[in-house]
Amino acid sequence: MPKRTDLRSVLIIGSGPIRIGQACEFDYAGAQACRVLRREGLRVVLVNSNPATIMTDPEWADATYLEPLDAETIAEVIERERPDALLPTLGGQTALNLAVELEEAGVLARHGIELIGAGVESIRRAEDRLVFRDTMRTAGLPVPDSLTVSAVDELPPGCPVPAIVRPAFTLGGRGGGLAANSLELRRQVEIGLAASPVGQVLVERSLAGWQEFELEVMVDAAGNCVVVCSIENLDPMGVHTGDSWTIAPQQTLPDAEYQRLREAAFACARAVGVATGGANVQFAYHPACREFALIEMNPRVSRSSALASKATGFPIAKLAALLAVGYTLDELPNDITGKTTAAFEPALDYVAVKAPRFDWEKFPDADRMLGSEMRSVGEALGLGRTFPEAFLKALEGREDSMELPEIPGLHPYFARELGEIAAAETRLGRDGDVPAAKRFGLPDAWIARVLGLEEAEVRARRPVPGRLAIDSCAAEFEARTPYYYLSYEHGDPAPDPSGRSILVLGSGPNRIGQGIEFDYCCVHAAHAFRRLGYESVMLNSNPETVSTDYDTSDRLYLEPVTLERALDVCELERPLGVVVSLGGQTALALAHPLAARGVPLLGDPLEAIDAAEDRGRFATLIDQLGLRSPAWGTAETAEQAYAVGERIGYPLLVRPHYVLGGRGMRVVRGPGELMPLPGPSLLDSFLEGAIELDVDALCDGDDAWVAGILEHVEPAGMHSGDSACVVPAPSVNRALEDEIRTTVSALSRSLGARGLLNVQFALAGGDLHVLEANPRASRTVPFVAKAMGLPLVEHACRLLLGDGLDDLCLPERVEPTRAWAKEAIFPSERFPGAADRGLEMRSTGEVMAAGNTVGDAYARALRAAGRRRSGGRISAPLQCYPGGLDDVSGPWGRGSRRR
Amino acid sequence: MRTARLVLEDGTVFTGRSVGACGLAAGEACFTTAMAGYEEAATDPSYVGQVLCFSYPLIGNYGVDSARMESEAVQARGIVMRRGRADWTAWLADQGVVALEEVDTRALVRRIRDQGALRCALGEAPAAQLHALALAEPPIDGRPLAIRVGASQPYSVGSGPRVTLLDLGCKRSIPERLAATGLEVLVVPGDWDADAILGTSPRAVLIGNGPGDPAALDVPVAAVRELLGAVPLFGICLGHQLVGLALGLGTFKLPFGHRGANHPVRDLRSGRVLVTVQNHGYAVSAGNGADVTHVSLNDGTVEGLAGEDFATVQFHPEAAPGPLDALPFFDRIAETCRNAPIFALS
Repeated sequence: MPKRTDLRSVLIIGSGPIRIGQACEFDYAGAQACRVLRREGLRVVLVNSNPATIMTDPEWADATYLEPLDAETIAEVIERERPDALLPTLGGQTALNLAVELEEAGVLARHGIELIGAGVESIRRAEDRLVFRDTMRTAGLPVPDSLTVSAVDELPPGCPVPAIVRPAFTLGGRGGGLAANSLELRRQVEIGLAASPVGQVLVERSLAGWQEFELEVMVDAAGNCVVVCSIENLDPMGVHTGDSWTIAPQQTLPDAEYQRLREAAFACARAVGVATGGANVQFAYHPACREFALIEMNPRVSRSSALASKATGFPIAKLAALLAVGYTLDELPNDITGKTTAAFEPALDYVAVKAPRFDWEKFPDADRMLGSEMRSVGEALGLGRTFPEAFLKALEGREDSMELPEIPGLHPYFARELGEIAAAETRLGRDGDVPAAKRFGLPDAWIARVLGLEEAEVRARRPVPGRLAIDSCAAEFEARTPYYYLSYEHGDPAPDPSGRSILVLGSGPNRIGQGIEFDYCCVHAAHAFRRLGYESVMLNSNPETVSTDYDTSDRLYLEPVTLERALDVCELERPLGVVVSLGGQTALALAHPLAARGVPLLGDPLEAIDAAEDRGRFATLIDQLGLRSPAWGTAETAEQAYAVGERIGYPLLVRPHYVLGGRGMRVVRGPGELMPLPGPSLLDSFLEGAIELDVDALCDGDDAWVAGILEHVEPAGMHSGDSACVVPAPSVNRALEDEIRTTVSALSRSLGARGLLNVQFALAGGDLHVLEANPRASRTVPFVAKAMGLPLVEHACRLLLGDGLDDLCLPERVEPTRAWAKEAIFPSERFPGAADRGLEMRSTGEVMAAGNTVGDAYARALRAAGRRRSGGRISAPLQCYPGGLDDVSGPWGRGSRRR
Repeated sequence: MRTARLVLEDGTVFTGRSVGACGLAAGEACFTTAMAGYEEAATDPSYVGQVLCFSYPLIGNYGVDSARMESEAVQARGIVMRRGRADWTAWLADQGVVALEEVDTRALVRRIRDQGALRCALGEAPAAQLHALALAEPPIDGRPLAIRVGASQPYSVGSGPRVTLLDLGCKRSIPERLAATGLEVLVVPGDWDADAILGTSPRAVLIGNGPGDPAALDVPVAAVRELLGAVPLFGICLGHQLVGLALGLGTFKLPFGHRGANHPVRDLRSGRVLVTVQNHGYAVSAGNGADVTHVSLNDGTVEGLAGEDFATVQFHPEAAPGPLDALPFFDRIAETCRNAPIFALS
């Protein structure tokens, strides 16, 4: 069936701010969908409240509304835009729930809008656990015994335990959990009922200990079904799959057993009535009795489908969007081979291991037991020819501890494989055979530790890895898509280095303090370098992101962002330069080691990084420039600390040296509170009640141009990443603005910064104090870019390449397009107290909204954050291109802005 | 550490570790992209005369169970892997099969893909010796391998209306799947002629899969030619090719074959796409005289034929290993058997 001709415009709902259980996988999905649907000539209308997403850049949709994701707002957008259809399957649970609400409110019927991808009935069948259970039973598919409860008293006496409580219609298993006894069951049901928006929970026989599998299914309107990927959890049922270590493809099921699950997955998708697109089906499996049960299905693109896409090269979201407008799988090409179609099941010749990334340090009071409620904040993917190789890459990619994790209830196959990692280490210690250890999969740093060598010495003793294509077909066909991982094999043939490639280092897994904002910057850089006539090369390990979409760069390496892999990629690519300033601390931390090995860094950032990070040097610089900054001192002993307190007075801000995201920081109001010190410490005078300003600027090594001045809503003392911000800054008058511009220029010149510079100021008693300067992309870059209507990262890329500010033809000053506000989102529903703003950053994401005044905008942002039921008014789309793609020109996308 | 090599006829050497039986082996190098079902693949008689390389790197993960075997022994001449688990490789050694692990199988697959089918030899021997052995191995083209492979005595499986299965190296799953539809499957040796086959009073005849060059199988082709029109006739894989030849169509050797569990095939009558299991090195040329019912979405080759009283498929509806999308083919045979009059010689 060809594309439907009756659809001319489609509304896509995004998933809103990054939360635990709903992260940037939906930016990846939505961005893919927007691109292909516009290419098909459809007018795409997008609603999303998350400023850090790529999809909300104006070039992706014909009309982009940065508005709260509530039914009322979307109804208003529908009123204005009158789309023919709503595609609700790409914005996670949020979009599905909204689609149901809009349908129930009669909005869709009133405007004659068709739900494509999934109908309301099928959403209900999948999401309402009772209906799902009955649907499966009718289709003859096994499900765990269960009962639905709307009040605690409805629990029958002697209800069997252990049992799982699953609230209806919640994200990432929120409010659910395992109850070991009847007392716990009552408590868990109460929690679940409170969490469920419809006040309903399912109490289900616990299958804890069974194996857990997930199948990613694609369905088209002709009834063709394929499994894109099977995923096996390393740990058994009982732990939320988002928190599990997983592997693709499945490893431990004999083929015939796997085929039983495949058939059941199709039967499940048909019974639920998935119209078109992707769905994931989760199974529990008991190997001894060969019994399986369907646990859950999502009739939409999901976190797992992003993982499956990155693990196989099969672009699920892109195809889901095309299937929704009428195409069938066999009409769509397989991008990777260019010769075959999308109607197939990928064959892998490697394995993909996903590691969850936790941020427990942020929530010291949280119970670290994993259960049916998701707690991880991010993930890293490792690809390898063997399980150990892939597993160790995922472990490295997590950028956390390199200790082998303890995974309770590990399947014997995986336990044995992990045992082989230990055995390989022993063998290495005995024979010192570095090439063998590399082929097995041990990282350089690990080998260095075992052999007592420097990492560089290990490197010298081993060959360069080959570059292997992720080609969806196990090399049966030639791959056209340049998507690679590294392994110690003969690499696939590759074109000669062009001599014009630029390597962008990504930001690794999402974590609190380093999220999608940096991925946004990396993606923009990849696009910008391409447009400027260079080849962009991306290195990243985060499977959720747009940066690990093979369409984003000229060549993509899915590898941990570590020194070892960055050097390997450099040896293969011989890039003109490496960009370290866009991928957060992950990339920045590699600046020195890469430079030490002779790798050229784009924009020569080392001096600026050192001058800004070294507190002593920075203070000297501030003094030399005649600027103000809070008095400070360092202390290693109690005596030194008291002396500093004496000298600069209280309150003091005390922090351990070298902290990230405010970890371990506190305000000390008198000598009595000073002890204990968190080790060697920095002590700063704390400017109580000061107003904080965040300034993002472009610099060319000689001068700076201020792109945006944001004012924090909360007074100083809150972590800047958790603060709500508004622009234009109400406390900044013209004179102060000029002072800020002069100060930023002076700072940038002294630092010799090129590209992006973020400066944080405190405004106390009418005086401007410099808190810190970071010569790199900051968390606020996407917000500033959208609020000011500026292709900020593109400009920065030109500066990194050596252009001067004059070459960018920037205006004298730039005004925000409207008043804008952003507000932080906290995981308080999972971690009690997470929303108590303080010195430690705890937010996972943010929302953005506009208004006629900053007050309006802030009210709107609060509404988008779900903290108010109403507030603000819907505004015009961010940018509107009535003429479709051809009309996308102007300031955004062309890399220059005319005076 | 038993260092071993695999040498292709073009002289390319791959190193690895010998984990199977001692000794040397030679055959045509081929690869399968199926990610599970290693026991089924290794024991599939269609691999007679071939050295099987698994493109999936981790083989033997879930052990060995003789219930999953597709014949009584490993049929491939040699097995080549990136990594094999101990239970499985020990079993291969017991089976007397030369097997290598630690081979850069992706590079080998690329080589076969780019160069086409290549003879090879493998084992613990110098490269030159293996190269000579590879060159001494007769090419598969023109060799009637299937005649020697199947059952030597007839036997039957299941009960119900009878379908007679000509065994040219048939996988066990085929009679089992047929029997599961409520048929009696009489499996007869591959060298039986049409009279002998019709003498079993079948409601339908199925020509099964098997190894080698179909064009070299004069006796079975002659049998099939006589059976056409005399009895409802079905074919799977080699059986499909033999029906094609009997219809006067040609067969040709594919560059590197279709071997895997993810081959998309369009059913031209329903328009639906089936994800099928395939294991064949030859294909039927399209031509007049028969309706093409299925085509490969990968390379457009013929995947199914049908006429008034025959229907054949190039792929494996019994799967084992792989997806069961094409399983209804057996229901069709069953339906034909239930509806067909009993064929009697007199």
